[in-house]
Amino acid sequence: MTDVTSSVQSTFQRPAQARRDIGIKKRYAAERRFQAYGFTAILIGLFFLFVLLWTVVSKGYTAFQQTTITLPIEFSEKIIDPKNERATNPAKLMSANYPLLVRDALVKALAIDPADKAQVKKATEMVSASARTQLRDIVVANPAIIGTTANVSLLAEGNIDSANKGQIDLTVAEANRKVNDQQIKWMGTLSESGALAKQFNTGLFTYGASSRPEAAGIGVAALGSFYMMLIVLVLALPIGVCASIYLEEFAPKNRLTDLIEVNINNLAAVPSIVYGLLGLSIFINFAGMPRSAALVGGLVLTLMTLPTIIIATRAALKAVPPSIRSAALGLGASKMQTIFHHVLPLAMPGVLTGTIIGLAHALGETAPLLLIGMVAFVVDYPGSPMEPSTALPVQIYMWANEAERAFVERTSGAIMILLIFLVVMNLGAILLRRRFERRW
Amino acid sequence: MSTSLILLVILIVGLAAYFAGRARAMASSNGKLSALHSLPGYHGVYVAIWSVLPAAVILALWLIASPFFVENATRNSLPEDVRNQGGATTELMLGQVMQVANGLRLLNADEMAAVTGDPAVLRDTLAAKGVPMANAGEAYMVTSAKTYNSMKDTSRWAMSAVVLLIAIAGAVFAIRGITAPFRARNRVERVMLGALLLASSIAILTTVGIVGSMLSEAIRFFQSVSPSAFFFGTVWDPRFSAAGSGGTEGQFGLLPLLAGTLYIAFVAMLFAVPVGLFAAIYMAEYAKPAVRGIAKPLLEILAGIPTIVYGFFALITVGPFLRDMSAQLNGLVTGNYVNFIQAQSVLTAGLVMGIMLIPFVSSLSDDIITQVPRSLRDGSLGLGATRSETIKRVILPAALPGIVGALLLTASRAVGETMIVVLAAGVAARMQLNPFEAMTTVTVKIVNQLTGDLEFNSPQTLVAFALGITLFAITLCLNIYALYIVRKYREQYE
Repeated sequence: MTDVTSSVQSTFQRPAQARRDIGIKKRYAAERRFQAYGFTAILIGLFFLFVLLWTVVSKGYTAFQQTTITLPIEFSEKIIDPKNERATNPAKLMSANYPLLVRDALVKALAIDPADKAQVKKATEMVSASARTQLRDIVVANPAIIGTTANVSLLAEGNIDSANKGQIDLTVAEANRKVNDQQIKWMGTLSESGALAKQFNTGLFTYGASSRPEAAGIGVAALGSFYMMLIVLVLALPIGVCASIYLEEFAPKNRLTDLIEVNINNLAAVPSIVYGLLGLSIFINFAGMPRSAALVGGLVLTLMTLPTIIIATRAALKAVPPSIRSAALGLGASKMQTIFHHVLPLAMPGVLTGTIIGLAHALGETAPLLLIGMVAFVVDYPGSPMEPSTALPVQIYMWANEAERAFVERTSGAIMILLIFLVVMNLGAILLRRRFERRW
Repeated sequence: MSTSLILLVILIVGLAAYFAGRARAMASSNGKLSALHSLPGYHGVYVAIWSVLPAAVILALWLIASPFFVENATRNSLPEDVRNQGGATTELMLGQVMQVANGLRLLNADEMAAVTGDPAVLRDTLAAKGVPMANAGEAYMVTSAKTYNSMKDTSRWAMSAVVLLIAIAGAVFAIRGITAPFRARNRVERVMLGALLLASSIAILTTVGIVGSMLSEAIRFFQSVSPSAFFFGTVWDPRFSAAGSGGTEGQFGLLPLLAGTLYIAFVAMLFAVPVGLFAAIYMAEYAKPAVRGIAKPLLEILAGIPTIVYGFFALITVGPFLRDMSAQLNGLVTGNYVNFIQAQSVLTAGLVMGIMLIPFVSSLSDDIITQVPRSLRDGSLGLGATRSETIKRVILPAALPGIVGALLLTASRAVGETMIVVLAAGVAARMQLNPFEAMTTVTVKIVNQLTGDLEFNSPQTLVAFALGITLFAITLCLNIYALYIVRKYREQYE
């Protein structure tokens, strides 16, 4: 900044005839330039915020729709249970050849010659391979359906889904794209008859991990995240509040409490991946807790969130005026009663705001979870925090590494859901502060 | 009884003790509550603490200690020749016996008799129950497993009985001590103070845990790789820990990773510092309250977005954009449409990390600039300086130590950032100066070495802890120095 000002200084050695010209124009120009730099800086920041959100939303909004193909499926007894064993051996229903049902239905709907193997194969590729489990679940839930025909909405295969959403460039040579011309013609036939249609993608919210994009969802990951948030809330809030009360109200001013204070401020700035190493080495390696479990993730995130909660709680406790304390003490309350009956309730809005912000931070945290084995392919809902599970941001990370177009869409969709959670939590914190904050 | 059931029973006893203690206190006041030193509730809590706390402590100690005793006894019940086979084999056999013991619990009486009579069928019988066995069954396994199971059962019953007895004894003892002048509140408050102290010591314990765990693992790493080869090595090539790589020791040079970390952090700071600082100055000194009220929270949204989202942004948007733009530029200038910026590069990672850091720089600096007292501003403006001159020559010099502290905190965040670099910086560990090429960082390598199947004895895994403690040390120094500067500065005007 000195070299900018030196030009200003040089104007002081001015010739005598220009006595009135004290460089005011130059200085005002510098002033305007400086102000413009500041304004530009803010615009740059806001521009990137906008581009970031725009990228996510424009790539992700289509994830909330999924193409389905509704076909009249004939639950033929000949295919499902040719030897009529289901009464004695229910396991037969689990292993029946369900894709055949889909094939037959498609062949009928598209009027393909069943003998043309190549055509039939291309046609069956249009329906997601998850149709097998879908039909199996229908039959197992209701074996009486065997022998009848019913309309079933099957998920379209990921590439067909992308093509239907207009995300595949059809001008590219046929050999270089994932959907061939014949399939596109069939798509036209099916959508004219109303069989192929876009529906709201409930699967995105309920399914677990899958290598097929159309059958992949965040349901399982969201449950894992929910367990972890629950553990963080149950552990970090009471421990954080207790620690802050001790440090703020009881701790003698000495080197030890000074050390604790520096330590807490420092812990708040330790890289999150270090907490992952801590969790791996202490909780998993030393204490023998299971890998990939939400319990370990919750504990690691608790340790990570504690400093945030402690710092917020101490600020809230500090903001309660001493007159409240003096009044309570004067009426004969003990110190503990003063704090728990008077100071803490008044500080509670600040404490809760800090906790929610800490939780929101923990919800979006990925790095430590990678180290404790939460990068797991979890298909089923974890029944308890001890079972293998994954987390919402980790699911996003895993999907971001997949190349397929349909996964990019789902990654953005999952990010949108995560951001909505975060916005709701932060708005809650702001509203809480607005509603209950007191100025003394 | 399962542990959770025991805990539940203890809590029920505690609840009963609370009401008993309260009733006892009321009774001992002879209907005149003011005769009591403490409120009846405090007497209740006092009794409840006496019943729950010792019982819970004993329960925890028992749960930690009993496996050692049971294992020891089982080890001694193994036949002489198995025990003499030496450490690892015996431990393996012990694990086998425990597996069998778990399996035996699933068998019914007939199968049990068959297994005891003929150990050869053990393996098949257990496999049918879903318990796999590595070796063929032998007679001693069944007997040892039975010892193990019976000892475990005994231990569990003894634990349940002892813990319950202690809970009830504690409650009875406390109830007998209740009289009207008894100072129950003071005792309860002392326990509460202990709990508060315990809670605040967790912060210290976390640091001790971080340093201790990483040091111990790092020392194990340095037993197989010399510290000088790690800290001054220029080649990062850890190889795989899998069998078959025999003889080829990996090379664990820290320098390429450190270079990448610092380079990316530098690019990020190069971008974030001017933008963040100018934004802070504008918001603190020029912006109208309405503009500030909108722009500040909007910028702070950037700080609330999870880093994985930035990583995705870099991977999907920024990286390909820079690659294509460089190809176009190259084409316009030289006619050769080849990209000179890689999609995964120092520039991509640095730029996106810079975006993430803007709000940190701007809000920290904003706080510090607004802390500069009004009188300094007024003095400068009164002497005829323009606003920008006031800022450049009065406010910034006054705020400089604080701003430096803020920048150091931001730098420590840039060094420790993980998800952006994992997705945007690449994995190639090399030392070079071209910002358009991929480099890798310490955090990327920690993630790479620790995801997937782990073998906890190989240097390939343990190196992550050595990297971790290096990272921790760097950020610790930055943080402490920054906190020191910020604190010292704050006191100047207060």
